[in-house]
Amino acid sequence: MNTWTIFKRELTSYFTQPTAYAIVVIFGFLSTLLAFTLGNFWAIGDASLHSSFFPYHPLLLMILVPAVSMRQWSDEHATGTIELLGTWPIKIRSAILGKYFASATVWLIALALTFPMVVAVDWLGEPDMWTILSGYLGSFLVCCTFLAITSLVSAFTRDQVVALIVSVAICCVLTIVGLEQVINEVRRTGPSAALAVDTMTQIGVFSHLREASFGLIRMTSLIYFLGLIAVCLVGTNMVLKSQRA
Amino acid sequence: MIEVSGLTKRFGSKVAVDDLSFSVKKGEVLGFLGPNGAGKSTTMRMVTGFLPVTAGEIKICDLSVIDDPEAAKKKIGYLPESAPLYNDMTVQGFLKFCASLRGLGGAARRSAVEAAIETCFLNSVARQSIGTLSKGYRHRTCLAQALLHDPEVLVLDEPTDGLDPNQKLEVRKLIKNLGKEKAILFSTHILEEVSAACTRAVIVDQGKIVADGTPEQLIAEGRGSLYDLFHKVTSTDNTAA
Repeated sequence: MNTWTIFKRELTSYFTQPTAYAIVVIFGFLSTLLAFTLGNFWAIGDASLHSSFFPYHPLLLMILVPAVSMRQWSDEHATGTIELLGTWPIKIRSAILGKYFASATVWLIALALTFPMVVAVDWLGEPDMWTILSGYLGSFLVCCTFLAITSLVSAFTRDQVVALIVSVAICCVLTIVGLEQVINEVRRTGPSAALAVDTMTQIGVFSHLREASFGLIRMTSLIYFLGLIAVCLVGTNMVLKSQRA
Repeated sequence: MIEVSGLTKRFGSKVAVDDLSFSVKKGEVLGFLGPNGAGKSTTMRMVTGFLPVTAGEIKICDLSVIDDPEAAKKKIGYLPESAPLYNDMTVQGFLKFCASLRGLGGAARRSAVEAAIETCFLNSVARQSIGTLSKGYRHRTCLAQALLHDPEVLVLDEPTDGLDPNQKLEVRKLIKNLGKEKAILFSTHILEEVSAACTRAVIVDQGKIVADGTPEQLIAEGRGSLYDLFHKVTSTDNTAA
């Protein structure tokens, strides 16, 4: 019940300020622009979106997700409302989950507003809608993972800028280690790099998103995303409690 | 209603609160006096469950704040020193949000919010954004959230801080009125408020209680002046540890 109350407040707060609107519009615009330019949408001539649209999401999300959510806990510290949250008869995890779900909902809306891409490929070809839905699910899981990371970083610091920079850095690492170009470079160092290649593939978000965009959601991918989310949210709880000790 | 025994708080090697014990019964308004840095706010943050204690016990209406914090917090209305608020909400919206977190819904929530707005003279700003309010109104909005659920215990950290003389008078009258049916603990370093609003007062310095009594007893101890007593029992900045 408290999680729901905080969720409603946070969601309303996102949409009473311009930040969420700006980010949603920017994401929609850039993801479409990248699909038609770097993604070579027309040249590929494929209605599935898995090579022109979804692969560019992590590159946008690693910057935009922290930008939307950097204030999650930094703001509470800076304004002192953390003291209200700590003295109301609610569990701190209700506040953590309420804020997290509100941020995730903003991103669900942002992803949903890219529906013109789906309409376009449906008009132009005969895409498998389930594969496209799977791709969106993969993107959403990437969003949620980056959100959880931002929540943890935001709990550490009162400074929104520091929260932004550190969150972007961590999300960047998770994105870049899985990039095909980076993995190929490591693979070229020799057969001894096989373990490193394998680890980088598993740690990076790209391989998991790529499989999702082909319609394949593995149990290992679900464990990867949900595990990271759980670790970050539990970590947020521990950080907030320890700061008061 | 408030029972504090052996309360201690350490931040590393610094002892902020040192073996504090006091109680506040229903119908009592206990003034918590002391110089800046004496440990007043730290004590209040422990009493309200925001800060964990290093040692000691705190009971609110016989509920342990340490063992059963959620149940104990339901009995408390707390006004933090900085009167923190969500600037993007309206006064009414904020109070509705707080009322929901207090478990109030529907008609009960509506009437609690209306009563709190009325009690704290917020009618003229009820639909205004909190970010646009003056300091006095912000303080009163934060006080209103502490009163929503008609708690048995009120903990007010410097409730008149930053208010103009008229507003200070209103808040002191409000505290005195509320104190008839509740147990109120409020901190201040404005000595006039002791006689104006308190039934009892303690003076805290460097984490310890250095004086305790009714306003009349403390004034008598200070040979007619509470200022003199305060000056005598507390340390100044250049003598503090």
